[in-house]
Amino acid sequence: MWATSAATLAYSSAKLRRDFDERVPPLMGVLGAFLFAAQMINFTIPGTGSSGHLAGGILLTILLGPHAAFLSIASVLVVQALFFADGGLLALGCNIFNMAFVPAFMVFPLFRRLAGNAPGRLRLNVAILAAALVALQLGAFAVVLETTCSGIATLPFASFLLMMQPIHLAIGVVEGLVTVAVLGLAQKARPDLLRGSLEGRFDLGGKRVLLAFLVAALLVGGGLSRYASVLPDGLEWAVGKLTGKTELEASSGVHAALGAVQNKTALLSGYQLPAPARKEPGPASEKATAAGSGTGVAGVVGAVLTLAVACFCPYLFRGRRRTKPEI
Amino acid sequence: MTSIEGALLDFKRLDRLAAGDTALHRLDPRAKVIVTFVFIVTVVSFGRYELSALVPFFLFPAILVGLGNLPAGYLARKVALLCPFALVIGLFNPLFDRAVALQLGPLAISAGWISCASIVVRAALTVGAAFVLLALTGFPAICSALERLGLPGMFVVQLHFLYRYIFVLGEEGGQASRALELRSFGAKRPSLATYGSLVGHLLLRTWLRAERVHRAMLARGFSGAFPTRTVGRFGMAEAAFVAGWTAFFLFLRLNNGAQLLGSLLTGHFS
Amino acid sequence: MSHHIVEVKNLRHVYPDGTEALKGVSFRIHHGESVAIIGANGAGKSTLLLHLNGYHSPTAGEVRIGDFLLSKGTLPGIRRTVGMVFQDPDDQLFMPTVYDDVAFGPLNLGLNGNELERCVADALERVGAAHLAAKAPYHLSGGEKKRVAIATVLSMSPDILVLDEPASGLDPYARRQLIGLLKEFRHTKIFTSHDLDLVLELCQRVILLKEGEVRADGPAAEILRDERLLAECRLEVPLSLQGCPICGKRQG
Repeated sequence: MWATSAATLAYSSAKLRRDFDERVPPLMGVLGAFLFAAQMINFTIPGTGSSGHLAGGILLTILLGPHAAFLSIASVLVVQALFFADGGLLALGCNIFNMAFVPAFMVFPLFRRLAGNAPGRLRLNVAILAAALVALQLGAFAVVLETTCSGIATLPFASFLLMMQPIHLAIGVVEGLVTVAVLGLAQKARPDLLRGSLEGRFDLGGKRVLLAFLVAALLVGGGLSRYASVLPDGLEWAVGKLTGKTELEASSGVHAALGAVQNKTALLSGYQLPAPARKEPGPASEKATAAGSGTGVAGVVGAVLTLAVACFCPYLFRGRRRTKPEI
Repeated sequence: MTSIEGALLDFKRLDRLAAGDTALHRLDPRAKVIVTFVFIVTVVSFGRYELSALVPFFLFPAILVGLGNLPAGYLARKVALLCPFALVIGLFNPLFDRAVALQLGPLAISAGWISCASIVVRAALTVGAAFVLLALTGFPAICSALERLGLPGMFVVQLHFLYRYIFVLGEEGGQASRALELRSFGAKRPSLATYGSLVGHLLLRTWLRAERVHRAMLARGFSGAFPTRTVGRFGMAEAAFVAGWTAFFLFLRLNNGAQLLGSLLTGHFS
Repeated sequence: MSHHIVEVKNLRHVYPDGTEALKGVSFRIHHGESVAIIGANGAGKSTLLLHLNGYHSPTAGEVRIGDFLLSKGTLPGIRRTVGMVFQDPDDQLFMPTVYDDVAFGPLNLGLNGNELERCVADALERVGAAHLAAKAPYHLSGGEKKRVAIATVLSMSPDILVLDEPASGLDPYARRQLIGLLKEFRHTKIFTSHDLDLVLELCQRVILLKEGEVRADGPAAEILRDERLLAECRLEVPLSLQGCPICGKRQG
């Protein structure tokens, strides 16, 4: 995911540099900041009483066109990841894919086709709504895929999927409605806002659309097949967990449990966290786990101790620093 | 809605820390970015059931906080605020992964709990390191460093612009939502329609601002390329900084530091 | 030398939506003059200023800066000659630090190395903002932002300084500082303002716009005293020329 996001980043930058419109950089930047501010304002989701905010991927894509929007959304995600640890630094690659790549390169062609060249109010709104829906469904699906492939959470694929898709259907509808409302108002005042993305300037036509979809399909397909290869085991394992079968097994002794853990780490070792994980193969972690439970006490004591040292570290140095000038 | 203003103030506070003047602040941003990157990769590369070996890694942010004269409590609180989110990600693990992995006297701890804790610790470490990097370097300097490390220039320009105008638009958004709040009498959040027009207006103002900024750029001879000036240099201090920390991380990656220390201690007592 | 003459002849500007913002404006500003363009909101002041550095192109009529007629070919040269300070400094300060912002123009002009350093330092020195160089724009106060915005233009050593509402939003102290600063410049100065006391202090000449036309053009002291004329244009006699609110006496 990091690789895809980075590649798209490079591609979009190069593309923007090539057909450079000097008006675009400030627009991208300021719109990114706008998205940032807009995301902090909440509204009531009709009928539920809970609150939501704009995600804005589709909004920005429609305003800026795919390449500029991709960079703009990605930059917002980078800042959020750094400052608010929103979504975390680790998931940044995935986040950029889900929230920038998906709307900009996978959904935008669809939007263009639906909206046509000079859409009427209704057609435009329907296109926006549809785009928002598809974007969130694809995004949610990508999240499930990524989570499963990374193996960081052990939630079974199928139930996770069943949980995510309907929720995001609802979110998609809301996002679509908000986007329609925001764009409707803005466009009334400035009819030229959408011109850029609806008229000729954007020509991701024909071959390129195909290419984008091909890449996307390959990615999704690749993810799926990778998952499929572990699916039987995974499913069996999930079912076993859900029925509590392994719990019995586990109680039969620490040895069995350790065996189970080892199995699991072996099963997932290839699908651990992003690429760097593969540098240190599974066995190391297995060994560590086994050792961890064997000499658990030592581990815990040591951990607490180092933690304490770490906690005092700032003050240790600070103290020295403060006294220094006085000497 | 004080959340926007709160977030902005927090932003500015973190940003101000970067104006400090310690040896660490003066280090070329590239060195700090590289070391933080190595740190994060190392932490992430641990297995999912690893816990104790991760703990010594807290030394890295802690030492930097000390040497950089940063407010430890403030940063710790910021990190702590995020832990619940990490907890949510890992929360399912104890439910699905019940194998006993650690026996502490009568207490049996399942592998799920350990992997859950591992996720939280990992999140705290990476987030902590990111905050420390920010507080020592400042976002704009990090961006420039990333550019010199190969990030596309277009994207770096975008990051600079974004960061600059977050402050301006955050204020505008905050004002708009405060004005709304003051006239909505108790209703906690606006309805969808109100929100739509509020954000719509914000979008219009944003658009106009972008045009004014563009004008200001043109007025000063902007012709498409962003001029950059290069500052800082990658000298001995930077090389030592990078090499030292990398070696430290590698050592901790290959040896369980906590385990070593722990067995030393428990061995002593038994 | 007629280098720094600004000449506008029968300038008309019609916006795409059909609004006629300028309906044939003409004037000529000489080297070293300090001229205020005043008028009600919507009188066409900002539109006029945006013609002076070629951001808008005239619907009809012409703009001449020095010996050059404003056109696509002469645009870069003219933008260098005419330094433009915008109303909202947040629009003007878009770089990560004050230093970068002041250096933006000179870098675009191809300066670098020591020359650049000196040029930036000079500009900051002149507006009394040398100590702010390393700061980020969002950490500055309103008055500081305004001064830095002026420095970003000074660093390109323009011959003509154009300012849109230079004193808007400043506290009295910052406003006073700014007036002192502007008084020092030997450039040709053209600015818009609703602060007529500031106009009175800084300018010998005033151009009064009303609904896109020049309603009056003459010595500041004369126009700013003309109560009827000002009222007609939705303006007021500056406070310093009005009678004292307590004793009714007029200042010298």
